[in-house]
Amino acid sequence: MTTTRLTHVRTELALHELRAGEGRPLLLLHGLGERTPDTVPDEVAAWPGPILGLDLSGHGASSRAPGGGYTAEVLMADVDTALAHLGPATLVGRGLGAYVATLIAGARPQLVRGAVLCDGPGLAGGGPAPHSPAVLAPLALHDDADAPDPYALVELARDIRPDDYATTYVRQAIELSGLEVPVAVAAVVRPPWLAAVAAEPGVAIETLAEALRRYGSVG
Amino acid sequence: MHEPIPPAPTRAEAEAAGLGTHPGARRPDRRRTVSSGGLDIAVWEWGDPDDPPVLLAHGGFDFAGTFDTLAPRVADAGFRVVSWDQRGCGDSAHAHLYSWDADLRDAAAVLDSIGPRALPVVGHSKGGAQMLQLADALPHRVSHLVNLDGLPSRRSWPDVPDHHRTRMLNGELGAWLDHRRRAGTKVRRPGTVDELAERRGRMNPRMDPAWLRYLVPIGAYERADGWRWKIDASMRMGGFGPWRPEWSMSRLPSLGMPVLCVLGLDLEVMGWGTLPEDVLPHLPPGARFVPLEGVGHFVHIEQPQVVADLVLELIA
Repeated sequence: MTTTRLTHVRTELALHELRAGEGRPLLLLHGLGERTPDTVPDEVAAWPGPILGLDLSGHGASSRAPGGGYTAEVLMADVDTALAHLGPATLVGRGLGAYVATLIAGARPQLVRGAVLCDGPGLAGGGPAPHSPAVLAPLALHDDADAPDPYALVELARDIRPDDYATTYVRQAIELSGLEVPVAVAAVVRPPWLAAVAAEPGVAIETLAEALRRYGSVG
Repeated sequence: MHEPIPPAPTRAEAEAAGLGTHPGARRPDRRRTVSSGGLDIAVWEWGDPDDPPVLLAHGGFDFAGTFDTLAPRVADAGFRVVSWDQRGCGDSAHAHLYSWDADLRDAAAVLDSIGPRALPVVGHSKGGAQMLQLADALPHRVSHLVNLDGLPSRRSWPDVPDHHRTRMLNGELGAWLDHRRRAGTKVRRPGTVDELAERRGRMNPRMDPAWLRYLVPIGAYERADGWRWKIDASMRMGGFGPWRPEWSMSRLPSLGMPVLCVLGLDLEVMGWGTLPEDVLPHLPPGARFVPLEGVGHFVHIEQPQVVADLVLELIA
């Protein structure tokens, strides 16, 4: 595995190449509290091109933000930083990474050549509507530089994800990507935002393997 | 190695340096630092440290020095007035990340640094909306709440077809992402005091130019090539996200402490465009609502004595 360091404003991001190759890259986005796996997961091994994974802000080998401030939108910009380096890519997101993949698929419809949304940690976020407010200070679980930033764990488990917010991104992907089906839902569990995304015309409901076959053959 | 940026002066430092003055304005008596999860937040205080405390929260793209006309009037009535530069603003650290929740946590850190008792909290604009949430989250720490033109109401989208709206939103998102791609190396443009005042005046068109010039040595720093505003160049006006203005307003009816809402009726670019009819149905029992005719978004700067009297009437 080789790692490239990218700078996103003041955050140092770790972009890991799990498998070299020719053609359009597959970019893996991990779930909340996870990091890029050390090796190519079996379920994506059939991808015809190179396979990479991005450690999102506050996770894995990417840097932590003193005092927190994590949002899904900033993580979307993390992915944009990776796309600026890689060029067009197909995304596979787990949990939180699936939500972030949805956002960037809409925001950069020319650079995201298909986003596959899978189950994983942090899929639901804080639900579709505001909850009773809290001023949460995270627990420092232990002093381990490799552990996810506790602020990220707290903030990205509570961010509000309205259905119609998520679908505005999907509609941008559908209208502006030039792909017939720019988003595929492979997740079994579908919190409200994902159920709304899955119900949009132009979104496929299919397995990860089916989605990768389809996006692997898209120009 | 970058030369350290000097902090804004206290009252004594401003007097010793012979800095420019403004009618009714007074620099804070003390400056200190609070750590919010490792991020240094600059805290400012006016008045006797043994007086009962009041907390002031500034608005977006402002800094605590913008309270230099309101705070002394409250302090002189017998209060220890505490404010802070929000992260990325004034003399507080430039953070890796910015968010509404992070601002709230910083506010709670400042509140906690004052002591364990409930105290009156005053917030302007974005600071007003955030203090509304703080009061809802920590009602045991907020004895009175004053909201100064900080009641967001439902956003009015332009009346355009859906596909046009999708393209507009995509344009905004692309511009924001493009800004993030450049922001890591961005520095603010230098200029003279007059030029910085003029730039700030574009977003504060009702402000007296002399007031804007007064703010420059407080919110900006000088180098050989000129003055630069201290605010983090990676921060950007506008924005997007799941947050909806009406979510703030919906917190108002739940508040149980005495509440005062002041609204400037002359709408302007930095305001929310909220009208009295948006506020009135949301007022909690016993709350006071004061619309100010002929006043813009910066009610406390345009009418510091009127606002100080209203605040003091509530909390004295």
